[in-house]
Amino acid sequence: MAQASSLTRARRRSAWIFLAPMLVILAAVAGWPLLRTFYFGFTDANLSDLSSYHFIGIENFYAVYDGETYGLLTDPDWWQAVWNTLFFSVISVSLETALGMIVALVLNQNFRGRALVRAAVLIPWAIPTIVSARMWNWMLHDQFGIINDMLMKLGIISAPIAWTASPEWAMSAVILVDVWKTTPFMALLILAALQMLPGDCYEAARVDGIHPVRVFFKVTLPLIKPAVMVAVIFRALDALRVFDVIYVLTPNNPQTTTMSVYARQQLVDFQEVGYGSAASTLLFIVIAFCIMAYIMIGRVRLDEGGH
Amino acid sequence: MNNKFRKLLGKAGFWLLVTVIVLFAVFPFYYAILTSFETGSGLFQVNYLPESVTLANYVSVFKGQPFGHNIFNSVFVSFMVVALSLLLGVTASYALARVKFAGRGLLLLTILSVSMFPQVAVLSGMFELIRGVGLYNNMFGLAISYMMLTLPFTVWVLTAFMRELPRELEEAAVMDGASPWIIIRRVFLPVMWPAMVTTGLLAFIAAWNEFLFALTFTLTDDKRTVPVAIALISGASQHEMPWGNIMAASVIVTLPLIVLVLIFQRRIVSGLTAGAVKG
Repeated sequence: MAQASSLTRARRRSAWIFLAPMLVILAAVAGWPLLRTFYFGFTDANLSDLSSYHFIGIENFYAVYDGETYGLLTDPDWWQAVWNTLFFSVISVSLETALGMIVALVLNQNFRGRALVRAAVLIPWAIPTIVSARMWNWMLHDQFGIINDMLMKLGIISAPIAWTASPEWAMSAVILVDVWKTTPFMALLILAALQMLPGDCYEAARVDGIHPVRVFFKVTLPLIKPAVMVAVIFRALDALRVFDVIYVLTPNNPQTTTMSVYARQQLVDFQEVGYGSAASTLLFIVIAFCIMAYIMIGRVRLDEGGH
Repeated sequence: MNNKFRKLLGKAGFWLLVTVIVLFAVFPFYYAILTSFETGSGLFQVNYLPESVTLANYVSVFKGQPFGHNIFNSVFVSFMVVALSLLLGVTASYALARVKFAGRGLLLLTILSVSMFPQVAVLSGMFELIRGVGLYNNMFGLAISYMMLTLPFTVWVLTAFMRELPRELEEAAVMDGASPWIIIRRVFLPVMWPAMVTTGLLAFIAAWNEFLFALTFTLTDDKRTVPVAIALISGASQHEMPWGNIMAASVIVTLPLIVLVLIFQRRIVSGLTAGAVKG
């Protein structure tokens, strides 16, 4: 007994030795910068000289001078960015879930060439976001774009549309590209859940002659719901921090500026590190809430296995 | 008869759906390849099938800007990030998956939440850090910042894989008095290769595609990674964009990834589901 416990102690000790390098690096590249960003949010730091700044309290968030209010919470551009982010996230994740479900159900069927179709579906996921944004930028080009050409040949539109430049279409363009790029991810996660389902209840349903659509809603959907929820929240976290696709597809368009784009613009383009950090902090808080939801809904099993 | 007709209709509908899915997924990349082979006025006529094939765009991408440098930078950074993440990840995941100790659950939770940080939330702190250690506009600086993206996820996926391994595997080694380091090297590593390949590949893709840090922490053309280089290719005006060059660069950057993903597709699926946490 005594030997076993000393063995356990030795194992624990070496466990911490193994963890230490990873934890140190993680603290240095995630913990420390995050705390610094929080702190910068309460200062007037400027990018041109990051070493001299003053603590100014919550003025970046809210301040009153001579009866005028200033700060993020009174900045209509910020609230537009918040709205854009939420709108983008809700619409694109919903579309991705619906389309991902359809693709997963198709891939779950036995048909000739299934492996090829699955490979084809993976391609958008493999293409870097920047590249996909550039490719769609070209396809959505107002004068030479193939999308306008197709729609005009089909008689759906009579004049070319400036997809990425016009205020009314820019958000749709961004959502389209995001849906194209990330539906495969959704489909793969749902497909993995579908393939775990027991076959016998489907056999029973077929014998009883129940309509497949009914089987889907009564049997399949409830069974894969937990996995779908995890995938949805996973995607939602990505959507809430979206940056690349918007930066390249619709630069400087207030209709598509998201919280991440807004924060970086303040930080780098306007050099307002303090103000930009305050915006980053607010975004972090929004995402932290979502992470908590993720952990609760996903009921993450954290402490199983091992000895 | 009626039943047979309905079955046929269903089958046709299914194949139509498959066709639409494949076309939607593949067409943009096909069109990028098509465009990359066209120059001059051919670029500004919409073609659905290849009309001319010239490599001029591919040549000019390397001549007009330091695209060779950019590719080298991306390869260098990505390999460094993969190697570091795997090294730190495999030892840490052994401790997290196979040894029971107080605070393990909390630790895993913390690591998981780091993988969900919005990058922009650490941007100013990271900028200060990288400038502070003198690695601004430097590939090592980029590699360090990428660890925030790849390390938590590497640890998480490898831990998930390592948990699945049978207990008996290491028991004999423990009986023989092997040290944990020997156990990792001799017992786990040989059976962990598939998991390492998957995780390494996902980390490689993450590093290869990263944009925000690379855009913010580099300054000169020759230090940029390929996504930043492609994002910043521009013409004299909106209407003079060198689309042929942009598409050629895009194809060059994407082809290796597509080949890798197609070869390892099964592994990637299992890696993604492990990374997305089993509910």
